[in-house]
Formats: sequence, C-alpha cells, structure tokens
Amino acid sequence: MSEHAAIAKLKGKFPDSILDVVEFRGETSAIVKKDEIVAICSFLKNDEGYNFLTDLCGVDYLGKTPRFMVVYHLYNVTTHERLRLKVPVEESDPTVDTVSGVWATANWHERECWDLMGVSFNNHPDLRRILLPADWEGHPLRKDYPLQGPDREPYQGRLS
Amino acid sequence: MATTETMTINMGPQHPSTHGVLQLVLELDGETVVKATPHIGFLHRGTEKIAEHRTYHQVIPLTDRLDYLAPMHNNLGYCLAVEKLLGITDAIPERAQTIRVIMAELTRLKSHLVWLATHALDIGAMTVFIYCFREREEIIDIYEKVSGARMTSSYMRVGGVAADLPDGMEKQIRDFVNEMPRHIDTYEGLLTGNKIWQKRIMGVGRITAEKAIDIGLSGPAVRGSGVDWDLRRDNPYCGYENYDFKVAVEQDCDTWARYRVRLTEMRESCKIIRQALDRLEPGPVLADAPKVCLPPKKDVVNTIEGLIHHFKIISEGFKPEAGEIYQGVENPKGEVGYYLISDGSPKPYRMKVRPASFVNLQALPQMVEGSLIADAVAIIGTLDVVLGEIDR
Repeated sequence: MSEHAAIAKLKGKFPDSILDVVEFRGETSAIVKKDEIVAICSFLKNDEGYNFLTDLCGVDYLGKTPRFMVVYHLYNVTTHERLRLKVPVEESDPTVDTVSGVWATANWHERECWDLMGVSFNNHPDLRRILLPADWEGHPLRKDYPLQGPDREPYQGRLS
Repeated sequence: MATTETMTINMGPQHPSTHGVLQLVLELDGETVVKATPHIGFLHRGTEKIAEHRTYHQVIPLTDRLDYLAPMHNNLGYCLAVEKLLGITDAIPERAQTIRVIMAELTRLKSHLVWLATHALDIGAMTVFIYCFREREEIIDIYEKVSGARMTSSYMRVGGVAADLPDGMEKQIRDFVNEMPRHIDTYEGLLTGNKIWQKRIMGVGRITAEKAIDIGLSGPAVRGSGVDWDLRRDNPYCGYENYDFKVAVEQDCDTWARYRVRLTEMRESCKIIRQALDRLEPGPVLADAPKVCLPPKKDVVNTIEGLIHHFKIISEGFKPEAGEIYQGVENPKGEVGYYLISDGSPKPYRMKVRPASFVNLQALPQMVEGSLIADAVAIIGTLDVVLGEIDR
C-alpha cells in the first residue's frame, strides 16, 4: 500500500518529530514526539483538512518505556480519510499539551483521559474528572489498577 | 439601589427530560440560561476496563448496554471492529451482511422512535409518544423473535450473526416497513404543521456547520447543520454502498432541521430494509472460519472437530495478531467507533469506545447558553443523548 498522503507532508514539515509510521489493515498510525503535538495537529487541521477529531484516548503499555501513549483519531470530513497519531508519554512526566485549542471537542476527551488513565494535559481550560467522582483516588484504566477496585480481595472465580 | 443576581439551579439527575441520569447545573438570569454545566458519570460501569478481562466474544453483551436504545448497532460496530482486526472482513457471507443491514436499520427506526416520542413529550405533545411506542413495540417483537431478547440482543457475532431469521420473519419485517411510512405521516400530521411545535423548535439550539464539526457532532445532529456526511455512504461497511438511499441534510442548523433530518432518515431506513429484503438469498449466516466462529450445535454434538473448536473458542477464545484498528459505524445517534488494540492474546489489550452521545452532549452548553430554560429541554431532546453510552 502506498504511503498516506498526509504522512509525506508531515515528514517534510516536521522531520525530527515523526518517530515511526505503522500500517496495519489499511490504517496508518504515526508515532510522533509529544513536544510538537499542537503544531502537528494544527498543521493537519489547517493544511491537510483533518477538521474532525473523532476520538482521543490514552493507552497504558505497562512494563514498556515510555509507559503511556495518547492516541488521536483524526478524520477529514471532506475526503473521508482517517489518520491516527500516537504520542509516547513517560511515566515520570505524564503530561501532554492540550489540543483543545485546535479542536474544541478534545476538551471532554482529554478530561476523560485524565480521569481514567491519569495523563494530564497542559493548558487545558477545565481539567476536572468527568466520569468518576471528584474525590476518587487512582485512575482505573491503568493496567496496575485492580479490576475489582482498590482495597478488595481479588475475585477468585472464573473470569472467562 | 436594586441589584439583580443570577441563580444557580440543578436540573437532574432525576429530571424527566434529561433522559436518564444527566445532571445540568444551570446559572439563570431570570429565565435565560447564562451558563450550563453538564455533570455525567452516574451510570459509569467501567465497560472498557471489564472488556480488557474478557475474551473477544464475551465483550459482545457489554456493547448492548452502551446505547441501550440501539443495541444491535453497538453489536455491529464491535463485531466489524474485531473482524477487521482478524482480517476476515471479506469472508462474511452475503446473507449475514444483508441481515445485519436489516437489523441495523430496524434499530435506527427503533432509536429514532424513542427520540421522537420523548422529544415531543418533553415539549408537551403527549399523543405522539403513545403512537411512537406502539410502533417501537412491533420492532421489539421482531427483535425478540430474531435474537431472543427485547433490548439486550447480543445478536451479532464475529463473522456474521448468531442465528438465521426465524420462519415468517421476512414477511413480518416487510409488512412492518410497508406500514411504517404511513405511521410517519401520522407523526408528521401531529407535529410538522403544528404551530406550537414549530414555535418551540424553530430557531432553537442553533449551531453552525463549522462549530458543529469543531465540537465533534456527528450523525443527524451534524447533518441538521448542513454537513453532508454519513458513514454508511462515505466509509461504507456491510455493503451499504450497494443500497440506494438518500442522506438527509438540512441547512437550518436548528432543532427543526434536526427533526426533519431524523424523519427523513426513518423513511430512508424503510427503503433500505425493503431493498435488503429483496436481495435476501438463502445461505450461511456465519463465516467459514472455524477458529473464530462457533460451530453449529449439530456439529458440536456429532463431530470431533466441531467439539474441539467449540471447546477452544469458549474456554480460550481466539487470538488476533498483534495490531490496532479503528472501526466507526453510523449509529442512530452519530458515529460510534471501536478502537481495539490486540497484543496477540485472546483478550483485547485495550478497547476504547468512541461514543456518539458523549461527544454530542459536549455541544450542549454552547447551544443552550443565551436561550430560555424551556429551550434547554428541547435542546437535550434534539441532541438525542443516551446516558448508558455517555457514561459507559
């Protein structure tokens, strides 16, 4: 499969920030450095037409370094193309710059990512927990957070 | 000197017009909403966390409980995602594809009927509610005969559907969709020309196309703002590219436009179902992929291969190769997507649901602010949110 058109332009514009490009089942993922994520997203939105941020979420790769990835699913409403950006985030500094200034929809997605995964977003206008109560401790979607919740005996029965 | 100050009131989580457990904190200046802050999460069940501890098949019932007004569409999105992850998208039999389309469009009708019923009820038109639920009941009957359950259907399977349509079902569905346009005329007769209805929704909850895309609106909500975008046509799945249907788009950007869009969509759904019934040919309803699809019961009890496959799939599950995919489908409420990461084990390493209602609700503050408190009720209705999907 030929290379995604936006990737070539991205490589030309931000040669040092593109760490890797992965193709799987016809979908393209670009792994990019977190320092320039806002500039990359602005470029993709304004110059490449990726005007719709479908989804944003965090993934915990416990045991690997860097531990976290923040994943951006971009969509072009005119050409109907998709593109995935992945940003590695270190466990020692789990923060990324917010893209809520690029797409307003990122606001709640980033709040959810902070709430459930514990990755926070710099310069976010309203970074509060969104699904869990404000006084909740911990971030449930992290792989080291027990399925049954903290302070409970692990379930002894069959899970599958 | 007399001064005025704003008043903050709670709307929900037990307010009838919030369609579940949505809490809105409204700051009011008289009857005008100055600021609206949605609080969500009352129904959070940790679906994504649970999914990481279940095999791929065991996740299907969890998806029913997201948007519980459109369970089959959630099943469908998830199964398509797993099929893409496995690389068996092309192996799905024609009959299974067609049944999926029929059930998906019935689900759209079912979901839109609840939307219209509750939207009208919230605004004060009670009769429509009774009529819509009468027709919804017929769809639920079809659901029950096809899948065995009225709401939590779990009918779709990775590789096809759980069972073929029962005898006489094609006729029952055809009779229903032949009658349905007449029922839609009835609803329109009650509402479209009704002066009160028009005054309550025309010009209410305006959002421009640019802002709608920026805030992430999808589905009928964005098509009411003049954006011609429908995943069924633009990123087709299940063979939707072979059906002749019109994507409903309205330019008015208000609640009236979204009402028109959804009504047209209901008529188009009837058209799609009729086309699907016409092309329904006998054949298998599950892909020929013994490592993934459960074998028919008669093979399980009569052949050693069937027994082994059944045992392996139930006890261990199947192992997709490591990788990640995203699959979006056009749910009745907007784009619902599943982002699956496989690490080569029988359980998803990570499943992220892209919920349509969650994102659509985010537009509520900017649509409500500046309008009257009575309009807030109409705007919640027009966004057609389901809290099961928002809170997951």
